[in-house]
Amino acid sequence: MRNRCVVLMLVSALAVALSGCGRGPDSGEQHRPVTVKGSDTMVILAQSWAENYMKEHPGLTIQVTGGGSGVGIAALINGGTDICNASRPMKPAEKNQVRSRHGKDVKEIPVALDGLAIYVSESNPIQSLTEPQIKSIYTGKITNWRELGGKDARLVAYGRENSSGTYQFFKEHVLNNEDFAREVQTLPGTGAIVNAVSKDPASIGYGGIAYASGIRVVPVRKDEKSEAVSPSLATVKTGQYPLSRNLFFYTIGEPSGDVKSFIDWVLDREGQKLCEAVGYYPIIQK
Amino acid sequence: MPSNWSDRTELKGKAMQALTALACLIIIAIVAIIIGNIVTYGAGKLSWEFLSEPPRDHFTKGGIFPAIFGTAALVILMTIAVIPLGVATAIYMHEYAPKRSRLVHFVRLAIQNLAGVPAIVFGLFGVGFFIEFVGRGIDRGLYGGSLVYGQPAIIWSALTMALLTLPTVVVATEEALRAIPANYREVAYSLGATRWQMIWRVVLPQSAGGILTGGILAVSRGSGEVAPVMFTGAAYSLPELPVRLHNQFMELGYHVYVMSTQAFDVEATKPALYSTVLVLLMLTFLLNFTGIMIRARIRKRLRDGR
Amino acid sequence: MRSSGVLPYHSEVMPLPKLQRIGILSDRFAAFIIKGSAFVAILSLILIFVFIGKEALPVLTSPEVRSEASLSRLFLPQVHHAGEAAEFSWQPISDVPKYSLFPLFIGTLKVTLIAALIAIPLAVAAALYTSEFAPSWARETIKPCIEVLAGIPSVVVGFFCLMVIASWLQGAFGWTYRLNALTAGIGLSLAVIPIVYTVSEDAFSSVPQAFREGSIAMGASSWQTASRVVLPAAMPGVLAACILGFGRAIGETMIVLMASGNAAVLSWSPVDSIRTFSATVAAELGELVQGSPHYHVLFFIGAFLFLLTFVINLIGRWWVGRLQKKLQGAF
Repeated sequence: MRNRCVVLMLVSALAVALSGCGRGPDSGEQHRPVTVKGSDTMVILAQSWAENYMKEHPGLTIQVTGGGSGVGIAALINGGTDICNASRPMKPAEKNQVRSRHGKDVKEIPVALDGLAIYVSESNPIQSLTEPQIKSIYTGKITNWRELGGKDARLVAYGRENSSGTYQFFKEHVLNNEDFAREVQTLPGTGAIVNAVSKDPASIGYGGIAYASGIRVVPVRKDEKSEAVSPSLATVKTGQYPLSRNLFFYTIGEPSGDVKSFIDWVLDREGQKLCEAVGYYPIIQK
Repeated sequence: MPSNWSDRTELKGKAMQALTALACLIIIAIVAIIIGNIVTYGAGKLSWEFLSEPPRDHFTKGGIFPAIFGTAALVILMTIAVIPLGVATAIYMHEYAPKRSRLVHFVRLAIQNLAGVPAIVFGLFGVGFFIEFVGRGIDRGLYGGSLVYGQPAIIWSALTMALLTLPTVVVATEEALRAIPANYREVAYSLGATRWQMIWRVVLPQSAGGILTGGILAVSRGSGEVAPVMFTGAAYSLPELPVRLHNQFMELGYHVYVMSTQAFDVEATKPALYSTVLVLLMLTFLLNFTGIMIRARIRKRLRDGR
Repeated sequence: MRSSGVLPYHSEVMPLPKLQRIGILSDRFAAFIIKGSAFVAILSLILIFVFIGKEALPVLTSPEVRSEASLSRLFLPQVHHAGEAAEFSWQPISDVPKYSLFPLFIGTLKVTLIAALIAIPLAVAAALYTSEFAPSWARETIKPCIEVLAGIPSVVVGFFCLMVIASWLQGAFGWTYRLNALTAGIGLSLAVIPIVYTVSEDAFSSVPQAFREGSIAMGASSWQTASRVVLPAAMPGVLAACILGFGRAIGETMIVLMASGNAAVLSWSPVDSIRTFSATVAAELGELVQGSPHYHVLFFIGAFLFLLTFVINLIGRWWVGRLQKKLQGAF
């Protein structure tokens, strides 16, 4: 009796395992899932796009994962994703790696606009910050709010991990490629930064404009003489806001098939309308 | 001897005793606070709907069913891999190996040290060996180079976790084997059984309880560890349930990690986050509790004599 | 023919009936499978080392990797900008990638020390109480409590640190950094307490009762017996417990990943953020391009962690063995 139970258990376990044995990507009627990997800044947007697209096209699945633009780019180079989300342009060295591994060039497709916002706690009264000031904060040269005309409080700067496209963009455009100060707290996602800044009255952070809730967004001045500009559709589109940037899709070679239909949909009116719903700005206005 | 000397010594002794008791109290208090905090904030959202529905609206609404399913699928696959392997290893060490064998010594050493290897190193191994080496090999051999198994998949997470929990199963099985009195085996032999027949019909049924304990403890560990599955197969948001061995999966522990560090709006998802933690905690406790109960019953049976 | 059981078979004398032949064959087959399975355990341990070592090796051998991350760059201070002092810095994604392991090492050391300083006194004291002074009802409460603590997944402990302890501590003490070594250290100690407690308690329990009886017979109090007889006798076991706790703390990933701020700060202050080895691997493993210097350095760190915990566990187990021999040899 006991033996029979054991045998039955083993057989059913085996059946479960075998039924799971994939035959790999099915061809023909069923579609292979489209993978989209990369930028944390874009992950909410990409998920919205994916959800809505899948609603209109049942039978097709789009899988969205975050982790940072660096993760997406690494996956693209390793061949592990169809579309890479990136909140910064790919570097020439990275494009070369794709070419040498896959024999094709990357296709760079800007899909949305973003204003990189500077977050401070809601109780922070600072009126505006110049780009050089922001740079000094994040390279560790300004360490106290007093130096910016505020209270005597030690400044705590939050930033992203080095795999983040936002990290890279910030480094290139705001820090002019200098290194971040060691004391900058690295958090794994923009949501975590917003959460931390909202809890910490002496803190400052950066990230995509769409994530800004529960904190104050500080208007940015290009330098001492310029006007302070807040990120909005108008200021980001014209480039008036100094920290405007493109958000990209990258594919290996020209996209085709399901991937192409998805990207076309994203660039079309419906997809671009979703940008604003999420909090970003459309790249193509029709 | 002046009387206050011995009084003072006695007082000092009692005070030190009280301090050690205080240490116990502190530990108990900490455990109570943690569990209390999680239950308080997590019980609110707990409902059948939460457990059976997929998430909606960026995890502020809906439930966590895919994470529960993924964790269950992972654990089942892991058990299929680890129980036969662990039990066979324990049987070898206890029944087959010559008594003072060097090999047994090395195997035991290997098992003990596997138990101490950090979980993230298993994760590294999972990525470096299972995904990059075995997975890509399978892809090249069976699928002509297209990427199927050479990327994060539930099978690789399950195998990585199986390695992680192998020591638990081996130790529990060995304990159970040791508990069987020698004359059971001798009687079997005297009736003409071969060694395998003796194991299959006498030893294994007798040690079933211990093996079960080991399995349950392994499952409890497997459902809670996140570092090994982070890069070998877990994902945050998947539109489909994992039905193929090469699919990715959502997992409760990984979900807690991503939700608490990378979620869109950490404040809005806080209730769901707490409830997910509560579900994970309840799951691990239930498993642990069952395993410990079974083990206690076995040990009691041993002490009371058969 | 080799016999596989205890008793010899009579196959040398006459051919066996079919059932017995099947029995012998299945016996051989089973033995083969079982021996094979046992090898898988050693094999997997070797495999782990081989593969991680294989991917870590280019740090020592490949010229391309060494140009970015040679051993000297990993361990010695580097001058990164002309005119500035040499410094230790971990910034692998940069125009000038910096791979110094020293900030990570200091971070790991700080949080492990903090966790040990909290966990070891608490756990050893609790173990002493449980085995020497506690009435049985207390014992029945504490032991399950420790098992419960051991059963809490580390991601849940990290979550609790991040959400509750960090805010509470910052509210109470007003530290600059909300996520720092102390917060992570407190969480880490929660993961270390169970193992230190269990091994210490085992050590105390294995001190023969005769030791205690002799001490009491000479007029010692309960505390004097515990502190001057039992504790010294069980010392190798207690030390082993500490070592094993250390090993657990060094390798723990999730708690530090969530609660330590992940900033590779080089300082001795316990309230500064830190970046540990394991958290670095966990945070950066996702973005690795296979074969890049960054990839190999992370595997190098992994190999280092593996070796470190291997050695620590070896020492710990050896000490426990010595304790058992010492106590058994007392009679």
